[in-house]
Amino acid sequence: MALTEEVDTTRQYEIPEGVLLEFRLAGPLVRASAWAIDAAIRAVLYIVIGLSFSYFGGVGVAIILIALFLIEWFYPVLFEVKNGATPGKKAMGIWVIHDNGTPVTVSASVIRNLLRAVDFMPVMYGFGLLSMLFNREFKRLGDLAAGTLVVYRDNYEERSELPSRTAERPGVELTESEQQAVLAFAERASGLSSERRVELAEILSEISGHNGERAVDGIYGYANWLIKGR
Amino acid sequence: MRQEQFEQAYRPLWDELGALLDEMELPRSKRNPDKARAAAFPTLYRQVCSHYALARSRRFSPALLEQLHHLVLRGHRRLYRQRGAWLWRTLDFIGGGFPRALRRHRGYFLLALTSFLLPALLLGLACYVDPDMIYSLMDEQQVAEMESMYDPAGSHPGRSEARSSETDFMMFGFYIFNNIGIGFRTFAGGMLLGVGSLFMLLFNGLVLGGVAGHLTRLGFHDTFWSFVSGHGAFELTAIVICGAAGLMLGHALLAPGQRKRIPALKAAAAEALKLVLGAALMLLAAAFVEAFWSSSTLDAAIKYGVAVLLWALVVFYLVFVGRSRHGSL
Repeated sequence: MALTEEVDTTRQYEIPEGVLLEFRLAGPLVRASAWAIDAAIRAVLYIVIGLSFSYFGGVGVAIILIALFLIEWFYPVLFEVKNGATPGKKAMGIWVIHDNGTPVTVSASVIRNLLRAVDFMPVMYGFGLLSMLFNREFKRLGDLAAGTLVVYRDNYEERSELPSRTAERPGVELTESEQQAVLAFAERASGLSSERRVELAEILSEISGHNGERAVDGIYGYANWLIKGR
Repeated sequence: MRQEQFEQAYRPLWDELGALLDEMELPRSKRNPDKARAAAFPTLYRQVCSHYALARSRRFSPALLEQLHHLVLRGHRRLYRQRGAWLWRTLDFIGGGFPRALRRHRGYFLLALTSFLLPALLLGLACYVDPDMIYSLMDEQQVAEMESMYDPAGSHPGRSEARSSETDFMMFGFYIFNNIGIGFRTFAGGMLLGVGSLFMLLFNGLVLGGVAGHLTRLGFHDTFWSFVSGHGAFELTAIVICGAAGLMLGHALLAPGQRKRIPALKAAAAEALKLVLGAALMLLAAAFVEAFWSSSTLDAAIKYGVAVLLWALVVFYLVFVGRSRHGSL
């Protein structure tokens, strides 16, 4: 976490309990993809509604027009308030939250979706894109006015376990960030190929005095020492 | 305390919070409301918050931090979410919230009204005096269409007598789609430093004034004025209100005052939204009146009478409804 703070597009928010929450912001590309999926869904809706009500004369036309109106302006509101995300956003793994990390409310969602009309100008979200590029939170104009963020949904699965080894104290004094690097490596190594694992572990060969798989085990040992002590 | 001891000591609490959140995140119908546990939630959540803070400051391992961060994130979403009694709030809004909000921001309303009415009157007068003036606004075909639509001698299908109830329904749908959409865009245009809203107000004022002046000069008063006067009470007022909401956004962006620009914009947008939603409801009413009443072929005198009532209703609603007994706003 600490190592990547400077390059990651994350945003921190201090909650009333005094701790920092981190949100990973969704950039223009992923949001455009989400929009494209929604646009496709809306197109299908338009066609289905258009075809099925075209046989009902004036009343049918009225229903079609009212449906067009509702879908154009309130399709995103409905889903954002219900699930935090439109189907497109959900498919892309992102959702809408308030600046303070809480689920988006009706009024904020309505503001950001009414102002979509300006974000869309002059063509294909021109102003929206400009606005996203000119502020550090990738907010389009509607997000600025509504106080909302579009962030990645935190998909937390099982916690990766540290491989258990005999604790071994490293031969040198490790700084805090070095300790974090050792721990991060040990916890995430199971997701790496064995070649990559060895390659990374051998960076510390000079200290551990080991090569190959034994170098990896050596770092596991340091990590165990850091967590469990002697 | 080493990380291992820390985890051993507190893991039961984390699991408890996790299980509680699993339960609370279910849809309400599937939830098993165990009151005691729900009451324990805030305390439990705050304990885990402090564990997270400790784990961070002690530089515990990234995987543990991530686990706790995720718990805190979920707890935060749950504890600080805003839930609305939306039906009650909607009724309260119609029964007073909306007119109060409008009166609070009457300065914007008056500015928007002037931006709409002044060009309408000026161009209306010009078109009434000068038969060619209308062509500075529309091309020949548009003028011809408009003239035939309101010509008392003609029997153009768009005109009142030829309209069936089917057409009424169709037009109802169209007015919702078109007019409320225009209202929303007039508001959204405020994001362009207010210029977009101002443009929509001026433009609509010019077109409406021009058409009214031109048709009156031609002597089509009864077909035109009896058609527009009824729903105009809702429609024109609502468009001006949408413009006022847009001007609020523009003002916050141009002159944020004591606040920073973005917080000022957020505050203005929250207030402006009340005006826009109220205006949208008025446009819905306008669509109904326009589709089912304005097109009727009743005597013009009756329609004017109803129009006067509708205007009085709108003015009364906006000026008096929702005032407290002590006369504030």
